[in-house]
Amino acid sequence: MEPVLQVRGLHAAYRRTKVLDHVTFDVMPGTLTAIIGPNGAGKSTLLKTMLDLHPRLGGEVRFFGTAYRNAKLKVGYVPQRGSVDWDFPTDALDVVLMGLYGRIGWFRRPGRRHRELALEALDKMGMADFAKRQISELSGGQQQRVFLARALVQDADLYLLDEPLAGVDAATERAIMEMLRTLRAAGKTVMVVHHDLQTVEDDFDHVLMLNRTVIAHGPTTEIFTQDTIARTYGGWLRRKERVTG
Amino acid sequence: MMGLSHNALWVLASMLMLGTAAGLAGCFAYWKRQSLMSDALAHAALPGVVIGFAILGFKSLPVMLLGAAASALLGAWAVTAIRAHSRVKEDTAMGIILSVFFGLGIMLLTMVNRMPGGGQSGLDGFIFGQAAAMVRQDMRTMTAVAAVVLLVVLISFKEWKLYLFDPAFARGIGLSGRLMEAAYLTLLVVIIVIGIQAVGVILMAALLIIPAVSARYWTNAFGTMLALSALFGGGAGVAGTYVSTLGDGWPTGPFIVIAAAGFFLLSLVFGTRKGLFVKAMQRRAQMRRLKPQAVRRDPLAEGEALP
Repeated sequence: MEPVLQVRGLHAAYRRTKVLDHVTFDVMPGTLTAIIGPNGAGKSTLLKTMLDLHPRLGGEVRFFGTAYRNAKLKVGYVPQRGSVDWDFPTDALDVVLMGLYGRIGWFRRPGRRHRELALEALDKMGMADFAKRQISELSGGQQQRVFLARALVQDADLYLLDEPLAGVDAATERAIMEMLRTLRAAGKTVMVVHHDLQTVEDDFDHVLMLNRTVIAHGPTTEIFTQDTIARTYGGWLRRKERVTG
Repeated sequence: MMGLSHNALWVLASMLMLGTAAGLAGCFAYWKRQSLMSDALAHAALPGVVIGFAILGFKSLPVMLLGAAASALLGAWAVTAIRAHSRVKEDTAMGIILSVFFGLGIMLLTMVNRMPGGGQSGLDGFIFGQAAAMVRQDMRTMTAVAAVVLLVVLISFKEWKLYLFDPAFARGIGLSGRLMEAAYLTLLVVIIVIGIQAVGVILMAALLIIPAVSARYWTNAFGTMLALSALFGGGAGVAGTYVSTLGDGWPTGPFIVIAAAGFFLLSLVFGTRKGLFVKAMQRRAQMRRLKPQAVRRDPLAEGEALP
């Protein structure tokens, strides 16, 4: 089986600080991977750099064996909820429709069929009753579910989610994990930037442990150990101690 | 408007178009959080206008507008360069560019006005705007350009919405961020350039900023916000120009700004979305709902003076 995502020697920086240092890994289809690591480990930057949203200083990224620009419609990206202004004047259904813009074609208006698809996706996330609700009036968890519904209608083969479970309520967390498992069951590949070490073993079959470079990567049962956790977070904890004490 | 001359009607019609286009582009600037950018661009246009005049030695609107566009774009580039290569933040960079370019423009203007024949250049009109000084050809250009802007916005409404709400996602599904950024900047510069003769470099930005903010008080839908902003912009353009033509040599820009501010005040107070009046009414209704309970709980408190 061919990997859906291949990353080779990826380097990236913010100003003069190196954030990603020779990041290399492969992701096989049908896997559900958690990307974990301490704050500042470069988790979000990794996603952004792979998607050409952040400048790449070196290395190569291949989606489905080709460059990202040729595989855009096969890749669904869910940015962090805080990356947009939720005061923007629009409703939930409209945001989900945006996931279909690529398929609708530029300069064309969405039709009834597209509206139905968007409504269906909202329904899958338990948000059908909120379709016409202003996005500013939604709770954080509901906003996150709208973002995921937008990713769902894209019907991508590989999903990259940036902290979808950060600061959401229990109902939203259940809805999101259910969605991710459904996607995996349908043969899709999912990578999630994650922060909760407690749930990694139960919810994800693969784990990518990152701290500027890949500390460990593979099936959760094999590589998610005390040792790798210490190596991923250890340096960070020591640094923190130095700062605070 | 029965008594208006044919020429005055032309002026009003072209100002309606300009205001409408500015209202639309202003919404884009508003959601890009770059309202100040339009102000910087407008001020940065002045040196170009003067240099355009100085090179030819006589007044040729196309050349002066070309100069305006060039120096406005140079200003925009300088803002981006300062932000990218120094620790200066974007709003500060805009403040610097705005004042430096405007100062340079006024300096050049003073020099040109001292040149023989320079006093009749009409360049002063570019500072506060002089709609009455436009000739028929200027108005045709203005109307045509504004119509193109309107058409662009109508055709690519959905793309603008996506780009303004979530640019990272937009790029992810194949909408080029660089292309949209260039289109946005072109739209702004084009409107500023065709508008400065009538509205003036100092106040041009008001026609871009105020209608959009006013529209925000009435709606929660992006399309409606665009339409209302266009309406307010067009209304302010017509009303301000009409008043300015009543007096001899009255500048247009200030009257347009006052008209736009009138729309803003109305919106701020009576706007159905978070307008002050609506909010006060809601608060009163809420108080009324709560009051009977308070009375029932503590009937003795009624009639007592507050401490």
